[in-house]
Amino acid sequence: MPNATPDITLTARKLKRSFGNQTVIHDVSLQLKRGEVLGLLGHNGAGKSTTMQMLTGCITPDSGTIEVCGIDLVKQPTLAKAHLGYLPETPPLYRELRVNDYLIFAARLRGMSAKDVPEALALTMQRCGLNDKRNQLIGTLSKGYQQRVGIAQAIIHQPAVVILDEPTVGLDPTQIREIRTLIRELGNQHSVILSTHLLGEVESICDRVEIMQQGKLIYGDTSARMQRYGQVSGFTISFRNPPALSILQGVSGVSRIEQVNANQFRILHSAEQNPSAELLTLAAQYDWQLEQLTPLQTRLEDVFVQITDEQNAGVQP
Amino acid sequence: MIRVIALREFRSLLSMPSTWFVLAAIQFIFAWFFLARLDAFLEIQPQLAQIANAPGVTASIAAPLFNVIALLLMMLIPMFTMRLIAEERRNQTLALLLSSPLSSAQIVLGKFLGLMMFLALLIVTAPLMLYTLQLGTPLDHGLLWSNVIGLFMLTCCYASLGLYISSLTAQPIIAAIGALAALLGLWLADISSNSAETPWHQFSPLFHFQNFNYGLMDSGDAAYFILFSTVFLLLTMKRLNNNRIYG
Repeated sequence: MPNATPDITLTARKLKRSFGNQTVIHDVSLQLKRGEVLGLLGHNGAGKSTTMQMLTGCITPDSGTIEVCGIDLVKQPTLAKAHLGYLPETPPLYRELRVNDYLIFAARLRGMSAKDVPEALALTMQRCGLNDKRNQLIGTLSKGYQQRVGIAQAIIHQPAVVILDEPTVGLDPTQIREIRTLIRELGNQHSVILSTHLLGEVESICDRVEIMQQGKLIYGDTSARMQRYGQVSGFTISFRNPPALSILQGVSGVSRIEQVNANQFRILHSAEQNPSAELLTLAAQYDWQLEQLTPLQTRLEDVFVQITDEQNAGVQP
Repeated sequence: MIRVIALREFRSLLSMPSTWFVLAAIQFIFAWFFLARLDAFLEIQPQLAQIANAPGVTASIAAPLFNVIALLLMMLIPMFTMRLIAEERRNQTLALLLSSPLSSAQIVLGKFLGLMMFLALLIVTAPLMLYTLQLGTPLDHGLLWSNVIGLFMLTCCYASLGLYISSLTAQPIIAAIGALAALLGLWLADISSNSAETPWHQFSPLFHFQNFNYGLMDSGDAAYFILFSTVFLLLTMKRLNNNRIYG
């Protein structure tokens, strides 16, 4: 019943939380729309997991409000939590149960009536690719499958908001790709928040990014726009018979040049003047034997480092 | 919702090999003691027959058996209660319960009832064993059932105390040792004070079981059992709430 859920599924305002004397979360505010995947990005210890624990009601914030589908999580926890699905950092699995029994337990725990469970179970099993493992003990499953069971328990009751804490940690590349596809699919019907320190993950599945550092949100934008942030123009070029560095330096438009190895150079240029055409002509003329020319891609990593550095220096991005 | 948690707890208990091992071992001890008492009774039966108002078969076999079971359970129940919350915390499965639409009361009662279902199964074997005597002799049902009811309430006390201590820590072993120490402490406070009037006796669950053991159902003792269990269940709920506040 997607029409029954309002467009804004999750709102958190000015969350604060401290453990003892140490304040770990300062004034975190978040908003999530239906059908949106939000990536919470940050180094280890930035406060991502604590924020997620607060959003799911596992710990209460010292101050601030959280609303899930318009219901206050602190005042009416049982009503609000029915709209939440949560996968903590370590999947909360009972190793002695079978996959089937565990998922039925999770569904019933989230308040599904017994007659709705079989249908939800079949759908979730199929979505998470667990069909041939249904009668296996969870303890005997591989890490990748355990992670899938963890995701399955978070989505079996079709919650409006799915919160996943580092869902791809410890998986092999194929499993990571499958889980990412699954999360992307989830994003079409549910709102998803996922935390990660992998920038590629944000690039490939998130609509929006919030960067967290030392308990504060320091940057938030769509992930496409974030990639444009701090754009550089440049390329790497390699020759089988390379000329001297100074010759390349002399080509008009080249603003900076680094020698990567004997045959390869990284060239940065100004946005207005692209020296690649001239370089190609020169290469043909002097027989430098051009091997490849690849434009530099802004990696999210660079952006991330740039933003956090600027924060540390006290400069607003 | 309480039922869902209780059934999960029960199922998890039954799926562990150690549970079955303990069940078998405890059954063996019960049976051994039962047969030893039966043997002793048969030996002195000719002398008993000459006394007026001699103790019957139920008083000489069932009552001592229940007394021993009560003592054994005191040492055994911490082994079962230790996992209840401490292990959930250690395996990080507690997050599933805390993020589900449940109150702390539902979680605690679910776990308590799940364990009690199992312990009731363990206890009920004793009267079953005793009822085999009925093949040869009439039994004193009043005394027998007063013992069963007393034992059941005593078990509730042990389980609720164990559950509370399990909620304090993330290490099941520490929870087991803590619960055992607390129960032994209460018992020692009872048996080490000689004078009949000292209030120390009143703290011990085992002391309050004595009347049930003699076949005397005292509402005061029953009230003690109910109060004891309720207090520790409430403390456990409080602890789970604090868990959300203090992390």
